Amino acid sequence: MRQPPDERVKRMLDFIGVKSLEELFREIPEQARLSRELDLPGPLLEWELLAHLRNMASSNVHSLEATHFLGAGCYDHHVFSATKSLIRRGEFFTAYTPYQPELSQGTLQAMFEFQSYVCRLAGMEVANASMYDGATALAEAILMAQRLRPGRTRVVISGALHPEYRAVVRTITHPLGLELLEVEPDSSWETHWERVQACINPQTCCLVLQNPNFFGTIEDMYQLQEAGEAIHRVEGLLILVVVETTSLGLLRPPGELGADIFVGEGQPLGLPMSFGGPHLGLLATKEAFLRQVPGRLVGLSHDSRGKRGYVLTLATREQHIRRERATSNICTNQALCALAVTIQLALLGPLGLKEVALRSSQAAFTAMEALAGLPGLAIPQRRIYNEFVVQTPVEPGLLNRELLNRGIMGGLDLGRFNPAWKGKWLLCCTEKSSREDISKLVSSLEELLA
Amino acid sequence: MRNRESQGLSEAESGLVFREPLVFELSGERQGGIPLEEKGLPGVDPWLPRDFLRQDLPIPQLTEQQVVRHYTRLSQWNFSVDTGFYPLGSCTMKYNPRVNEEAASLEGFAFVHPYAPEEAVQGALALMHELEHMLAEITGMDRVTLQPAAGAQAELTGMLMVRAYHRDRGNPRSKVLIPDSAHGTNPASCALCGFQVVQVPSDDRGLLSPKEISSRLDQDVAAIMLTNPNTLGLFEEHILEICEMVHEAGGLVYCDGANLNALSGVARVGDMGVDLVHLNLHKTFSTPHGGGGPGAGPLGVKASLEPYLPVPRVEKAGKLLGLKVDFPKSIGRIKAFYGHFGVLVRAYAYLLSQGPAGLKEATQKAVLNANYLRVALRDLYHLPYDRLCKHECVFSDRNQARTGVQALDIAKRLMDYGFHPPTIYFPLIVKGALMIEPTESETPETLERFVEAMRSIAREAKEEPEKVRSAPHLTKLGRLDEVTAARRPVLVAPGGQAGSSRREPSSEHP
Repeated sequence: MRQPPDERVKRMLDFIGVKSLEELFREIPEQARLSRELDLPGPLLEWELLAHLRNMASSNVHSLEATHFLGAGCYDHHVFSATKSLIRRGEFFTAYTPYQPELSQGTLQAMFEFQSYVCRLAGMEVANASMYDGATALAEAILMAQRLRPGRTRVVISGALHPEYRAVVRTITHPLGLELLEVEPDSSWETHWERVQACINPQTCCLVLQNPNFFGTIEDMYQLQEAGEAIHRVEGLLILVVVETTSLGLLRPPGELGADIFVGEGQPLGLPMSFGGPHLGLLATKEAFLRQVPGRLVGLSHDSRGKRGYVLTLATREQHIRRERATSNICTNQALCALAVTIQLALLGPLGLKEVALRSSQAAFTAMEALAGLPGLAIPQRRIYNEFVVQTPVEPGLLNRELLNRGIMGGLDLGRFNPAWKGKWLLCCTEKSSREDISKLVSSLEELLA
Repeated sequence: MRNRESQGLSEAESGLVFREPLVFELSGERQGGIPLEEKGLPGVDPWLPRDFLRQDLPIPQLTEQQVVRHYTRLSQWNFSVDTGFYPLGSCTMKYNPRVNEEAASLEGFAFVHPYAPEEAVQGALALMHELEHMLAEITGMDRVTLQPAAGAQAELTGMLMVRAYHRDRGNPRSKVLIPDSAHGTNPASCALCGFQVVQVPSDDRGLLSPKEISSRLDQDVAAIMLTNPNTLGLFEEHILEICEMVHEAGGLVYCDGANLNALSGVARVGDMGVDLVHLNLHKTFSTPHGGGGPGAGPLGVKASLEPYLPVPRVEKAGKLLGLKVDFPKSIGRIKAFYGHFGVLVRAYAYLLSQGPAGLKEATQKAVLNANYLRVALRDLYHLPYDRLCKHECVFSDRNQARTGVQALDIAKRLMDYGFHPPTIYFPLIVKGALMIEPTESETPETLERFVEAMRSIAREAKEEPEKVRSAPHLTKLGRLDEVTAARRPVLVAPGGQAGSSRREPSSEHP
């Protein structure tokens, strides 16, 4: 690619009728043209490049070398080799949005399967073909609720929803001037149901809850359903968020709990943590709300010979046709991430997913019980999925630093998000957390706290 | 399954043309309710109340081989850059170097948690920090955020910043000027920010004219959102004057950088007066398109807009790099964590492997290839704006329409010749548009074969139009019925609890 203008280039230039490569840019004003070479590093040869990148990567601590207890919206679940190898097929990852269905049946059928998996997992009726991540999917869900319930300005949000999700919602819905009511959780890290109920009024557009919540608590589903009934009584919508989506292998699905819109983060179901992205937003809803769904949708169709096939459909909701009246501005989304999750779910099946969920939950419960026995640590939770909050006598940040020296990636210092949460430490386990890992954490903490 | 067996066909349709059912149709096992206690899984434990557990999970249980075979077969139904020439205009379908994939999957990148202590992620932060600076240098901007997930999210981020900028000056403005040739994401992103979109018509040369802009410019215009080169592949020649006019009126200039593959290393939008520009790493910087994402849409801004950038920002604090959130004027967070890091690694690797000279050569070659196709095809297909183009050129179906052959038919017929069609019916200002972007990756031989195919199709359109109108003929499926699909949408597979009200028609698998 880097050969100087050779004979072939000259022939092409002649054919076009210009004398030089520079002349191809002649209409760009002189003062806007670069008169120098860009000040950039490189070029590196392939082995130089890999050596440089390996060197950079090696200064990061990764979950294969440190015992890992960090979650909080991004989870260290195992991604199957088969998942990784299949999404690296060039036919999948070097294609683009399937605008031409006759040449894109692979991507289209996989997206149709993805939509179907999301619906079956969440107990919903229709799902889209992906959003950027869980947080932006939630913002889109609230915008969707706004279209379904126009004129209603109040949005009630559980304070047990991931703080970054709440922050993203604030940013993206800011121009709408909504009244976002964030209800502080109770002292055992569960949604404060009475306060939530008290916030719901006829001006309320939607209620947003996360289950399992940010702190790992499995919310009281009777209370959750009652809150759902309360929002439905005022004809508002219930948006249920699941960030740790492996929990769907075990817990009652959002559709069963009365959700009108389900929002999820697909990362736990087959994507590497990758320092926070790319991950995968899930969005599913009831068929009645289909026309207000944002993003791509794949539908069943037939070809001119009567054979079954799949196409992008209901495009009249989308920006390339509807422009400023579109249901969303989203164009490129997360197709390859959706494919990875589809494949991972196919590999897991119902038994595999339940096993991942149970192992993760059991490991966390084991760790929680063990830590609760250590002097100085307090744990008010009981009903957890795979995360729990520890009240520590020292700064969690300090503990994390000390643990890191012992080869352990500790939990999240919740003080990072809220000064009221200082001294609170969010720990996570997955199916990969072994008894030995947990013992190592417990004995290290015993020493550190002594 | 089903009818296939009755026809005596096994798994293959014929030879290597597979007929692959849905994943949900692969399993012969029962699909619902598997009790938790089954298969040696532990029973329900005390911290998990039975009432809160799901009763069934209606997805199939398959073997690894079944899954690998299923998705390998599906992959073979895709056309891709790896399979052949993919001149999809405005999408920059260049080659995706394999070393970038290896880079992104290094354990020290792929297995790193975003909340790991800063001292444990200095390599990741250094990569982001360096990439920000490289992209700022390429675009001529002062500061870059890597957070936006894709181009459209960068537009939203940028326009939220424009909004914050004017409000901060006590002057909330309500209108944004957008050319009629713009990508649909531009007006959609503006609408999300509450801006009113004012459309600016292109002139007879396909360009923005200062006159049309000045007549719409007033104290209520927050910004102009333009694309340069525009979606016709033409450089906006009045860019300097336009930027000056808009600035004069107190407005800002946003540039949709989707078409940066025509400029990098040759010219910088920052030097033209642009205040905000986004880049599509999945276009210009060779990260794969993934069948429709994930992309990444870094956003570069001038210093005057820096206070409004989203958080967190990568900043140097002493010897260490850190993620800082304390910027009171920031628009806030626009997505969880810090952007599509895995995509950023690939773009970083691409830039280092190219170097400054390689980047410029890529641009020159992309423009050379596009102009070659422009000249080679203009006697066959109507070229509404016939002069030097940049990275892409836009034809129309006007010559072929006489025999009833439309852009869609030409696109479908190209498939029979082994090519992915160009973007069609966009930009909207060209009726029956065929938007062709060859990129720098293709050899002259490939371009020549494409020209040959287009020549054949032009002849067919004249002599045997029905052959073109009924194309494609050689693909696994014939032309798909998109109208019925939209009229009676079926979006999930039958079975399972949800969506079962709409079962698919029983007539498939003929």
